[in-house]
Amino acid sequence: MKAGVKLVLLGAAILALAVSALYLKRSDVYLLSLYAVYLMATFGLNLTVGYAGQMSLGQAAFFGIGAYVAAILLKLGWPFLLVLLVAAAVCFLLGLALGFPALRVQHHYLAFATLGFNVLVYLVMRNEEKITGGTYGISAIPRPTIVGVDLNGHVAWFWFTLGSLVVLGALLWWLLRSPWGRAFAALRDNPIRAESLGINVTAYTLLAFAIGAACAGVGGVYFASLVEFIEPGPFHFSTSLMLLLAVIVGGQGRFFGPVVGTIVIILVPELLRSSSAPWLKFMQVWYLAVFGVGVVLLMVWLPGGLLSIPERFARKAKAKS
Amino acid sequence: MGELVQLVVSGVATGAIYSLAALGFTLLWQASGTINFAQGEFVMLPAFAMLFCVLAGMPLWLGVLAACVAAMIVLGWGFKRLIVDPLMRHGVIPLVIATLGLSTLLKTTVRAGYSAEAHQFGSPFPGGVFQVAGINVSWADVGTLLVAGIIVIALQTFVTRTVTGRAMQAVAQNTEAARVLGIDVKRMVLYTFLINAVLAVVAALLITPTYLAKFDMGDSIGLKAFLAAIIGGFNQTRGALLGGVLIGVLENLVGFYVSPAYKEGVALMLFLVVILVRPEGLLGKVEERKV
Repeated sequence: MKAGVKLVLLGAAILALAVSALYLKRSDVYLLSLYAVYLMATFGLNLTVGYAGQMSLGQAAFFGIGAYVAAILLKLGWPFLLVLLVAAAVCFLLGLALGFPALRVQHHYLAFATLGFNVLVYLVMRNEEKITGGTYGISAIPRPTIVGVDLNGHVAWFWFTLGSLVVLGALLWWLLRSPWGRAFAALRDNPIRAESLGINVTAYTLLAFAIGAACAGVGGVYFASLVEFIEPGPFHFSTSLMLLLAVIVGGQGRFFGPVVGTIVIILVPELLRSSSAPWLKFMQVWYLAVFGVGVVLLMVWLPGGLLSIPERFARKAKAKS
Repeated sequence: MGELVQLVVSGVATGAIYSLAALGFTLLWQASGTINFAQGEFVMLPAFAMLFCVLAGMPLWLGVLAACVAAMIVLGWGFKRLIVDPLMRHGVIPLVIATLGLSTLLKTTVRAGYSAEAHQFGSPFPGGVFQVAGINVSWADVGTLLVAGIIVIALQTFVTRTVTGRAMQAVAQNTEAARVLGIDVKRMVLYTFLINAVLAVVAALLITPTYLAKFDMGDSIGLKAFLAAIIGGFNQTRGALLGGVLIGVLENLVGFYVSPAYKEGVALMLFLVVILVRPEGLLGKVEERKV
């Protein structure tokens, strides 16, 4: 398929999603918005994990920081776009501060550093009641009005989130095709070769990590406004593991990998939870166990993720002929 | 002063348990390059296995024995055959992801299949405290230190004094050379997995009376085992011991003098300081990078 055709198809799909919101139930539109919000975080994580080849197990912490920054500042009456900028900047800088010591040493240390960071952030959210409201959280987070457009309705908010997601995706797409993005891939494939070609390995890896964190921060801002109430629960490190698995399951280093992976970790479990069919009751309880088995099997047979299936078939067909 | 000593003593006891989990973690890494993100769940499962045995009316020692056998079969041999062996050829990252999936699977299975509650688990040691030079020491701490100490010394003796143990060390230090010298590398790696399983059972036995048996109890133990291993030095067995004990003691001190709410964050702070100041770990040796 030509690039132009693909672009048209993608645009049509996004448009269809936007129009469908008019006909769906309120709860389903909410679910789609939630999906779009998490997709911002996994898009960012894909840059860190898939393109720069770094294990990050703290994406939920950055997501949470974004959400709390948004909740606090929006309640103080700050304009939404400024809050967005602040949240992204805070996460970017925290990402740099955390990644610097870890990446100076060995690459898998980042996994442990980010996991520990997530534990610490969760503790702060739970314990610093004056700032974060502790386990009671922060409620009545307002949805903004931007340039006179009221975004309070569930459809309006979904459209705004979807539009923002498309912008974020386009930015990442551009970044990955810029010399910077090429440098990220060079790092992942062979760090020593990249270094000998004059790429500053630590700086670029750090940058990829910090940009991924900033995307999560942005996602967190939309999350806070969507849910209108936040508490520490969703930002536990188990969410980080799920976000990482979403990237891997979809296909790390493939631009649309997170789109598939996030369906598996967000949409499917939420749909299961809201359904009342008796035969689905079993899956509600056991979904994560099935998912765990699925991940193990996927790693054994299809380490490239679900999106690598077409290539796998193509290669097999070629091998036969 | 007495207070401080008490905190240090009980911290060393808790740290000794982290050390056992960290020890298994480094052994696996040295022998086979496996990073096991399900290490915490490897402690949680035996805890439940022993709980079931006790609930079924068995004496605790029999339960421990049964858990050891089951752990060696399932978490040692089974884990190696079903997950590590098929994934080894793909490199480290797919294996890490697969163990993450395994950890989710094990947690959900226990929660959905048995219970989401925390369960009491009787201590293998007598309760109560005794006084030495004005300091209160609990029998549980003494017992924990004793058991952990015996296990570590036995392991060290096995590794340094027996032919099999030395062969295992050879595999850990240089797999290729060991193979050339005629050592059965596969078998030695399998032994490492079996030892890791037994260490996990002992850690479970010691920690469950205070942590309670719960499906997510492995989260915190697993994380501390990784951090302890790195703090001490990933490629040194003694490093895991030191790292575990350091975390245990500092957690107790911070929990008492600073804030109990941030006890869990101590391990991360220590980790960040160590990799800034001494990246190879307190006792670690610098490793050459491979192209």
